[in-house]
Amino acid sequence: MKIDIILSGVGGQGIVSIAATIGMAAIAENLNLKQSEVHGMSQRGGAVQSNLRISDKEILSDLIPNGQADLILSVEPMESLRYLPYLSEDGWLVTNTTPFVNIPNYPDIEEIMNEIRAIPNHVAIDADKMAKETGSPRSSNMVMLGAASPYINLPLKRFEEGIRKIFERKGEDVVSANLKALYAGREFAQENK
Amino acid sequence: MSKLLLLGDEAIAQGGLDAGISGIYAYPGTPSTEIMEYVQMSKMAEERNVFRNWSVNEKTAMEAALGMSYAGKRSMVCMKHVGLNVAADPFMNAAITGVNGGMVVVVADDPSMHSSQNEQDSRFYGKFALVPVLEPANQQEAYDMAFRGFDLSEKYGVPVMLRLTTRLAHSRSGVERVKAREENKLKLPEDPRQFVLLPVIARKRYKLLLSNQESFETESDKSDFNRYIPGDDKSVGFIVCGLAWNYLMENFNERPLRNPVLKLCQYPLPRKMVEQIANDCDELIVIEDGYPLVEESLKGFLERGIKVRGRLDGTLPRDGELNPDHVARAVGLEVKSGKNIPPVVTNRPPAMCKGCSHIDMYNALLEALEKYGKGRVFSDIGCYTLGALEPFNAINSCVDMGASITMAKGAADAGLFPSVAVIGDSTYTHSGITGLLDCVNDRSPVTVIISDNLTTGMTGGQQSSATGRITEICKGVGVEPDHVRVINPLKKHHEENREIIKEELEYRGVSVIIAQRECIQTVMRKKKDNKSKQ
Repeated sequence: MKIDIILSGVGGQGIVSIAATIGMAAIAENLNLKQSEVHGMSQRGGAVQSNLRISDKEILSDLIPNGQADLILSVEPMESLRYLPYLSEDGWLVTNTTPFVNIPNYPDIEEIMNEIRAIPNHVAIDADKMAKETGSPRSSNMVMLGAASPYINLPLKRFEEGIRKIFERKGEDVVSANLKALYAGREFAQENK
Repeated sequence: MSKLLLLGDEAIAQGGLDAGISGIYAYPGTPSTEIMEYVQMSKMAEERNVFRNWSVNEKTAMEAALGMSYAGKRSMVCMKHVGLNVAADPFMNAAITGVNGGMVVVVADDPSMHSSQNEQDSRFYGKFALVPVLEPANQQEAYDMAFRGFDLSEKYGVPVMLRLTTRLAHSRSGVERVKAREENKLKLPEDPRQFVLLPVIARKRYKLLLSNQESFETESDKSDFNRYIPGDDKSVGFIVCGLAWNYLMENFNERPLRNPVLKLCQYPLPRKMVEQIANDCDELIVIEDGYPLVEESLKGFLERGIKVRGRLDGTLPRDGELNPDHVARAVGLEVKSGKNIPPVVTNRPPAMCKGCSHIDMYNALLEALEKYGKGRVFSDIGCYTLGALEPFNAINSCVDMGASITMAKGAADAGLFPSVAVIGDSTYTHSGITGLLDCVNDRSPVTVIISDNLTTGMTGGQQSSATGRITEICKGVGVEPDHVRVINPLKKHHEENREIIKEELEYRGVSVIIAQRECIQTVMRKKKDNKSKQ
């Protein structure tokens, strides 16, 4: 069993919290894990990605080879397309549709959406809107994790435990808001394959 | 003991702690910052009261680490590759003085320049200084090498270099600890003149270092970090250094590897192992992340020996970080590919944060400079370097820590007026103060803007060494008090700030404008922390 995931977004959007939750789930399942992150200059609003590799065998490279990612999980629509060369033929692209516009020449969002729709295995979800609807605007990353969860072969309860661990010091309200976001995202993905 | 999930950097920090360090010294620099940060958060470090404060720069860090070693205790010093340029003087000489307590010098290189101005390979410094170099392939080795680096250091009385690259520094995986050992007791060197590098003593110490070279080679040959794996396809053998091991093996995960392989993670080169693979094979491919150091050594200038391929002949790219696909192509395997990046995807370079004080500083400076024309702003290393990009296009240089002030001075000496330096508070204390003294001594007509955001911002908001004292330091260096001006870079003060800058640009002597406002990231973090405390 192996899962290779590319997480993508813009520096400051907090993809590390998603990586940490998936990482905890993998560790709880006694699987091997390698997770490469971006620190430094790109964290200042640049394009960022994290390579997350999970396997029941020894993991060698910290980087996912071309064409071998099982999943691109992006918290920003344009960023979801930047890593397409890594996506395997039958891999899934799960992306947020709310653009993060911090450059003057951000392209037309419709053009971006057309490219996303052209990927046969894709889930496009307005995670920001859904997070607001579930009552916690800051939990959009957990909506995204929920939307990707059907394509990550790990038990849902492990993600729940991970969320509990990460957010418990912020109080039970924050934990339950993030859990709600997780379920909402998951439900959406299952209904909109 | 159960496995810890650690970044390469963190594994090194834990390895050092478990090896019994009494102090760690560093100046923040990507990708090395998280080593010190881990120790600062570590309960064990707190219990043992391990010294763990940031230093003013890499040179002071290296010297303090050497001082701790002089006193018999184990010390670790950490920096990014270009930081070793700053610390090169004590580093080279520490190889001659040798150490008393074990000393490990950790240097994190940044091939592909993810967050750096060059991609120099620190293994050359290790070779230059004639000290052993360890280069981990994975997080576990990073831990083990940090630990055992101290054994090697104490066995021969030399500093040991631990070199890693960005990818490993910032990648997390499971790490198993060994039993932590005690710190050393305070103990002076047996020879009270060991560290006195007067020529007469230095010559002796240097001969001792030279005589140890053979032992270092033997250590490399015996080291289990280095491994020779025989194979029956002898048409070509692979020599893989450090992290490159993973990229090679990734490609042979599901297919058999029939070629001989030398996994090389400890230097100087293990002579016997290298001879063996060279004798066994018709040609060699050297795969190393960084410069072609091993490839060049084996190839030789005249190329009269065995055929050696790698970065120099185009088998691998000449520059940049390696990845599994480069290695696949180099060893003749097919590379899969997903879809191309659609043309609609545009570049998203890093940018200064919304609300950043550097932005207001640049807006005022650019307007003040309008009448003089472009090309006269020398800048430095930090978030404000992003002022080079759209929409500011505000700066004309970024070379090394502190160079803004001294380059502005040189240009002023040449007749450029006005000549402006833009430098951050942490960079100013790191290497700017001495340059400012040059300006004062020569009464150079320069305008130095210290964009003081009260932190070391780019690396994540570490303590800046002279917060609250920048004005006094400038005056102490000898800048006339009337020409040390403090402004508050906020939109509402824009006109006032622009006029102050204009006045100082016209002054034909040294002026310093301190644009002082806290980093927006630090402000937000403090707010968040306060909130979660309530």
